[in-house]
Amino acid sequence: MEKIICKKCGKNISEEDFIGNLKVCVHCGFHDMLSAHERIKITADPGSFTELAKDMHSVDFLKFQDLKPYSERIEEAIQKSGINEAVVAGEAAIKGIMASICVMDFNFMGGSMGSVVGEKIKITADNSIEKNLPLLIFCASGGARMQEGIISLMQMAKTVSCIKRLKQEGLAYFCIITHPTTGGVSASFATVADIIITEPGALFCFAGPRVVEQTIKKEVPADFGLAERNLKNGLVDMIVKRHDMRDVLGKLLFMFTNKNLNP
Amino acid sequence: MEVEKIKNLHKSFLKDTLKSVFKIEKLKRITGFSGVHFNDAEKKLAEKIENYRKVEREAIKSWRIVELSRDEKRPHTPDYINGIFDDFISFSGDRQGYDDKSIITGLGILDGSTVAVIGHNKGSGIKERIEYNFGSSMPQGYRKAARIMDIAQRFGFCLVTFIDTPGAYPALEAEDSGQAGAIARSIYEMFSLDVPTITVLIGEGGSGGALALAIGNFIMMLENSTYSVISPEGCASILWRDSSAAKLASRALKLTSRDLLKLGVIDKIIYEPMGGAQNNPGRMIKIVKSYLKNIIKKYSNLKDFDFKTHRAQKYESIGITAGSVQQKL
Repeated sequence: MEKIICKKCGKNISEEDFIGNLKVCVHCGFHDMLSAHERIKITADPGSFTELAKDMHSVDFLKFQDLKPYSERIEEAIQKSGINEAVVAGEAAIKGIMASICVMDFNFMGGSMGSVVGEKIKITADNSIEKNLPLLIFCASGGARMQEGIISLMQMAKTVSCIKRLKQEGLAYFCIITHPTTGGVSASFATVADIIITEPGALFCFAGPRVVEQTIKKEVPADFGLAERNLKNGLVDMIVKRHDMRDVLGKLLFMFTNKNLNP
Repeated sequence: MEVEKIKNLHKSFLKDTLKSVFKIEKLKRITGFSGVHFNDAEKKLAEKIENYRKVEREAIKSWRIVELSRDEKRPHTPDYINGIFDDFISFSGDRQGYDDKSIITGLGILDGSTVAVIGHNKGSGIKERIEYNFGSSMPQGYRKAARIMDIAQRFGFCLVTFIDTPGAYPALEAEDSGQAGAIARSIYEMFSLDVPTITVLIGEGGSGGALALAIGNFIMMLENSTYSVISPEGCASILWRDSSAAKLASRALKLTSRDLLKLGVIDKIIYEPMGGAQNNPGRMIKIVKSYLKNIIKKYSNLKDFDFKTHRAQKYESIGITAGSVQQKL
């Protein structure tokens, strides 16, 4: 039996217990990262997920090369993560209620947002508008994808514009913050949601702790940008444990789509 | 291999080059190899070095523009405001407990029309620059900007924004009061306006802090200004893991006005007086004023034009992807 060492408390957990506990440490409650498909599996009703724009992939249009060419980094990310881009989009039922859904995957180039992430969010928002469905986005991202230069910055504007259209159609949009969500994603579609839910311990900020420390030349508090501090500061609506997420989303979806309104 | 040819290469290139050099030298020492092989390998090596040198030459050019865009002597937002608008009156505060001086907001008259103005303010002189956070805004700054956007919307004033910021202020108190949300909200508000919005990038267009105020129907960029997803220094330290690669990053990021026009992100380059805006600020301001006058005149003649939808469509069409596009379920 494989042993897993918790990244937070350092204690041993058997792989079976860890997976069985939705990758949450049985000792300290640390919520480890999930891949996009793992997330969909524990959130959506079994067999209800259909994927949108699965084959869409990135293009190295700037011929960007740092220590490695961007095209090579894309290939490696596809191999490593088993998906074509940093977001998996589609629609699914949660507790019997249909919704459009986007799930970001940190394993794919740190969940960074380039043209494909922007376009997939647009397609999913359009799908919501067309079919009158609420939208859920699970975020996990280091921010904009530098290898796409200014075009990645523009995805912030693009996604906000799509969300604005969706909200004007009277559709609900919930954002679920998972560890970590920073930079261009936190400063665009993530923070314009009707309801912002976060997993315990998730980092959610604009500038990361290291950048802030370098700027102010001081150490930041240990809870900088973390879910608990964000809740205290009024930046998120609630902290929901992974085990309870499906239930909470189901209830919210029901209430927001409830047609049985009192006069 | 003459050392001369490679001695100035950046270390990230040097490492790769030396690897090839050593490989060839090692092969040469093994007897039985004919010279033909080395000729081939040496030719490839020479090509590689020439390519690296070309990249470095381009990097020096784009870095020069980064330096110009940050030049303290360039005209800043207050200089443009004073030179362009009559009777400018500035407003203060977010009405929630703070006045962020890194953003100027107010109303002025141009060509007889009232125009709403928002601009980053870097300040001049060290005392002012510190007071204004070097043009880096707190969330409260964007909330202050939202107030004048609302006024523009309700009274039908055209909105002009001047962009000149290294980026939103990365500080603990900025994060605690919702920096990410303030930027997103500002973008959202700019998409909500029915009035025309015109953006002028006058210096540094630093990341989200710049974008928050730069959602324009028409975007003009001064020749030697920059607009980028991240500072070259930040990009170098993340992707190259070496801040000395900032020049290479400035080239790779394609952050100059010419690059951005090619990518379709801006609508117009405003050329600067010889050597840069800092050499003749008065002339620079006059040039910007005449372009602003023209575009505002053009927009005020467009009756029934849907500026809001125009803006949405413009931004929503930005992006380059491959593979399946619109497959329906």
